[in-house]
Amino acid sequence: MTQESVLILTLAGAIGTGTPLVFAAIGGVISERAGVINLGMEGMMLIGAVTTFLVVNKTGSPLLGFIAGGIAGALLALIHATLAISLRANQIVCGLALTIFGTGLASFIGKPIEGAGLEKSFNKLKIPFLSDIPAVGTVLFKQDVLVYFSWFAALLASLYLNRTRTGLSLRAVGENPATADAMGLSVVRMRYAHVIVGGLLAGFGGSYVILRIVPAWSQAGTTNGIGWIALALVVFASWHPLRVIGGAYLFGVALQANFALQAKGITVIPAEFLAMLPYLLTVVILVVLTANRRTRGAGAPAALGLPFVRDER
Amino acid sequence: MIAARHVSKSFPGVLANQDVSFDVSAGEVHSLLGENGAGKSTLAAILTGLYQPDAGHVELNGARVALKSPRHGLALGIGMVHQHFRLVSQFTVAENISLGDRKQNWILSTKKVEEAVREIGERYGLPVDPRARINELTVGEQQRVEIIKTLYRGAQVLLLDEPTSVLTPQEVTTLFDSVRTLASEGKSVVFISHKLGEVMDISDRVTVMRDGKVVGNTAVADTSREELARMMVGRDVDLSAIRATKPAGAPLLEVRGLTAKSARSHVSDASIVVKAGEIVGIAGVSGNGQRALAEGIAGLTPLIDGHVTICGTDVTSKGSIAARKAGLSYVPEDRNGTGLAPSLSISENMLLTEDLPFLVNHKSAVAKAEEAITTYSIKTPGASTATRMLSGGNVQKVLLARELGHDPQVLIVSSPTWGLDVGAVEFVRSKLNELRKEGRAILLISEDLDEVRALSDRIYVIFEGKIVMECPGEGADVTTLGLAMAGARA
Ligand SMILES: Nc1ncnc2c1ncn2[C@@H]1O[C@H](COP(=O)(O)OP(=O)(O)OP(=O)(O)O)[C@@H](O)[C@H]1O
Ligand SMILES: [Mg+2]
Repeated sequence: MTQESVLILTLAGAIGTGTPLVFAAIGGVISERAGVINLGMEGMMLIGAVTTFLVVNKTGSPLLGFIAGGIAGALLALIHATLAISLRANQIVCGLALTIFGTGLASFIGKPIEGAGLEKSFNKLKIPFLSDIPAVGTVLFKQDVLVYFSWFAALLASLYLNRTRTGLSLRAVGENPATADAMGLSVVRMRYAHVIVGGLLAGFGGSYVILRIVPAWSQAGTTNGIGWIALALVVFASWHPLRVIGGAYLFGVALQANFALQAKGITVIPAEFLAMLPYLLTVVILVVLTANRRTRGAGAPAALGLPFVRDER
Repeated sequence: MIAARHVSKSFPGVLANQDVSFDVSAGEVHSLLGENGAGKSTLAAILTGLYQPDAGHVELNGARVALKSPRHGLALGIGMVHQHFRLVSQFTVAENISLGDRKQNWILSTKKVEEAVREIGERYGLPVDPRARINELTVGEQQRVEIIKTLYRGAQVLLLDEPTSVLTPQEVTTLFDSVRTLASEGKSVVFISHKLGEVMDISDRVTVMRDGKVVGNTAVADTSREELARMMVGRDVDLSAIRATKPAGAPLLEVRGLTAKSARSHVSDASIVVKAGEIVGIAGVSGNGQRALAEGIAGLTPLIDGHVTICGTDVTSKGSIAARKAGLSYVPEDRNGTGLAPSLSISENMLLTEDLPFLVNHKSAVAKAEEAITTYSIKTPGASTATRMLSGGNVQKVLLARELGHDPQVLIVSSPTWGLDVGAVEFVRSKLNELRKEGRAILLISEDLDEVRALSDRIYVIFEGKIVMECPGEGADVTTLGLAMAGARA
């Protein structure tokens, strides 16, 4: 194996490993732009993953599995929305509770299938012409259809947020719900809808993990905490869907570094340390971003985490 | 055109509106007058659908309507400009105006809105750049955006909640021209204000509220300022100028060459002296460095250059605790925020600036808060109410009670009577005068020229971060001051 091809394969792999992060983090962006923090993301991803696994092995259709995974995530998000928006529970607390609940539920459902493999999945889809470009073609255009879909989702989310009337309303709801309310928008409805869409995307992220990344169902180890990385990524991307992509692939590289270096036979750095890299990266990036005056809170919706009550000042 | 019939509304512990009836006809400017906490904003909120009345109803063109939400109100042509603006500060003017407008295409295009903003601006004398971001605009411009917003939605009834308290005298004049144009087109305007002069100037009729009830309704032509003040407060009020009776003593606050930055405010090379038994006014249009000046003195922002001495102690860049220890109290303009923690109760807020033992004695704090509530006649259900629940004027009273409670030698007050009713204004002024008599040094920062002139022994004018003029308070000329505030060289 030549040096270059290892690099290219690592990058191509990084795109794969980054994709669940793309889905989940866009979900996070959408929910947080509405002013609702979703710490239940990890739980939603895991529920999405287990649902996908069961549906694929039952129906033999990866597409159905993927959709079902999204719906499962959305359902869990509906619980979050009910608690955080209608009942005005503390968003941090109920998000955490949902991760615990989601993880527990997925492990319970997944108990009988522990260690089992997925019977069918998506294959790589070469994009004609584009995939023939040297290096770039291999990295970007020999991926599976879901990777392309994730790009589309990011683009769509970005256009939605910045170019549509509903996107404008959504941002207003996250920045200043009292104003949105005074302008006749339904803060509650907007928040519900976008928290649910956020859950759908987190569910997609989980589906992708089981469809393309881990070879077998391994309980909570399936998603292995990447829901938390996705949350950090939302901050990293300063709440912009398109910036999520870059960040996600950066993490993808960190997640892949382990395999890449092993493949090259480099063992100077212990594998355990490399496995830790993405999480370390998360901590470092968040510290740097929040310690810097200029970037601290840049782009954060002003009403993030705050319940809205009209009758109160 | 629009009317409230026997409307009542209560909040936990307060009857904000009791059996209130109120009506405005087309083409009329109708003022709502009343003390802080009288229930004016609440009534306005009911008329726009923001609050639902507990009893009574709203009528529009003689027909009973149940306004379910502000959107519903707006759809029926009722628009409101809130005391605290309802604008998304990160959005542009056009985006704010497009917000919630269902007539727009789903794919946003702000072109048409921008056009409409310019057109409405021209027609009613409300110029504003539709592409500017709200947080780049002055308060006066933001208010224009608020008005344009309601007009863009086709409002026939416009409720303005204390619109002038944030404006410079020139801006008030232009606002009034716009209001007159609106009324001449048959629109109804409800004007809420504490300033009797303005009420007499702009309105056709006045309704006076006290303690949630309507206590009077007259045509402006049949009344006078004095009578309105009496109706509002229930007694005579005196707002004539008061000055020091004794010559000033030793300097207590000395500021030399102060240069500082804070938020969007900057001040450079400002030198100010305030002596014992003296009130010194800083006149200036807001946003000309007042905040940096005050925060620089109070130790809330480090100085880039210069020195601050309080009662002989050098406190330059030593932080706010050192400044307080040296004898300073600071009443910031931003009451719920810099001044008070809005979600804490009155008694907790009173504790914030104290040297507390590790275990807090809440009982004595509550007792102290209750004392303040009586001496300052703060309208509140109790000492444990969060300050964000209080009406604007009452919030200020809590803050004053806390700051004056420290028995300060040097006091900085920023817009101390902003949004206060005449009774409260009189109270604050006499309080400041009392402190002056006791030999304290007071720095009064205010946009309100009348106030600065009425109280100050000496006046500095601040413009674009620089002290551009100094003159005695006695006989200070409005025009000269106004010109200096606007940056014209004398
Ligand atoms: N949302 C609310 N929750 C609790 N109490 C409220 C609320 N809104 C108003 N109040 C109370 O109702 C009373 C009337 O308030 P309102 O804001 O209508 O007074 P106002 O006449 O507008 O006073 P100001 O001149 O100070 O603005 C006050 O005692 C206030 O504390
Ligand atoms: Mg009010």
